Amino acid sequence: MNPELSGRVFPPAPPYLVGREKVREFARATGSTSPLSLDVEAARAAGHADVVAPPTFAVVVQEATLAQLLAEPDAGIDFSRVVHGEQSFSLSRPIVAGDELTATLTVTGVKTLGGNSMVTASSDMVDADGAHVVTAVSTLVVRPEDDGSDS
Amino acid sequence: MSGLAVGQVVADKRYLVTRDTLVRYAGASGDFNPIHYRDDVAASVGLPGVLAHGMLTMGTAVQPVVEWLEGSGDDAGVLGWVSGYQVRFTRPVVVDPVVGAEIAVTATIARLDEAEGTARVDLTVTYADKTVLGKAQVVVTLA
Repeated sequence: MNPELSGRVFPPAPPYLVGREKVREFARATGSTSPLSLDVEAARAAGHADVVAPPTFAVVVQEATLAQLLAEPDAGIDFSRVVHGEQSFSLSRPIVAGDELTATLTVTGVKTLGGNSMVTASSDMVDADGAHVVTAVSTLVVRPEDDGSDS
Repeated sequence: MSGLAVGQVVADKRYLVTRDTLVRYAGASGDFNPIHYRDDVAASVGLPGVLAHGMLTMGTAVQPVVEWLEGSGDDAGVLGWVSGYQVRFTRPVVVDPVVGAEIAVTATIARLDEAEGTARVDLTVTYADKTVLGKAQVVVTLA
């Protein structure tokens, strides 16, 4: 992996419009029973504009920014050898249906450890007003080209 | 913050993850990596079987905390919301095509910060009695 990736900031990904049915679909897919995620009236009664996305929903929006990183010509990251090492989300407020999120990816670290390369990428997401909503951080581990397991 | 105490177990729940769950999560998340639904592809890259998406395990493991915060449907109101969440993926969850895989989640209050109005809830997430998520910490902003 190219160590000069560290510190690189990518152009903002196209805005992602959070859909009500996408929130429900994601909630059901992760075992949610939350009325705030599934029922518009319950969400509104609790003071939200629409259904509330589950805590890890931002991964759906983050995906486009990680695709930018993997597609970077000089990155030297082979997707078939990538393993997800760590993940975090830090939210300023809950994501709700109707939000238009724009994500900007920054590579915050590149290191090599025991033959593996590790890249940490932070996606900052802002709403249509430019206010911070969530930062999603992924650490991807890239296994070495020949780890001895191939015949 | 009254009524909460460090060491208090706030949720203890099991989830059955089947191949159906994986297909559903693939569609919901947009992660269509075939190691999460094709045995032949999983075997070709040296995996012991089809694996659950790490993000599916992470997303499911926080649900009991969300349920706890939102109450049990009575008039108790919402205790707070999840404003932070982090995990390390330490061990894969192999999903058997017939019986699936059962994930067990225990959520315990690890820290209370009155000044910030936050609580840290630590998750123990296991599959076949082995931990699959390391340093799994949820930050709750209390209402």
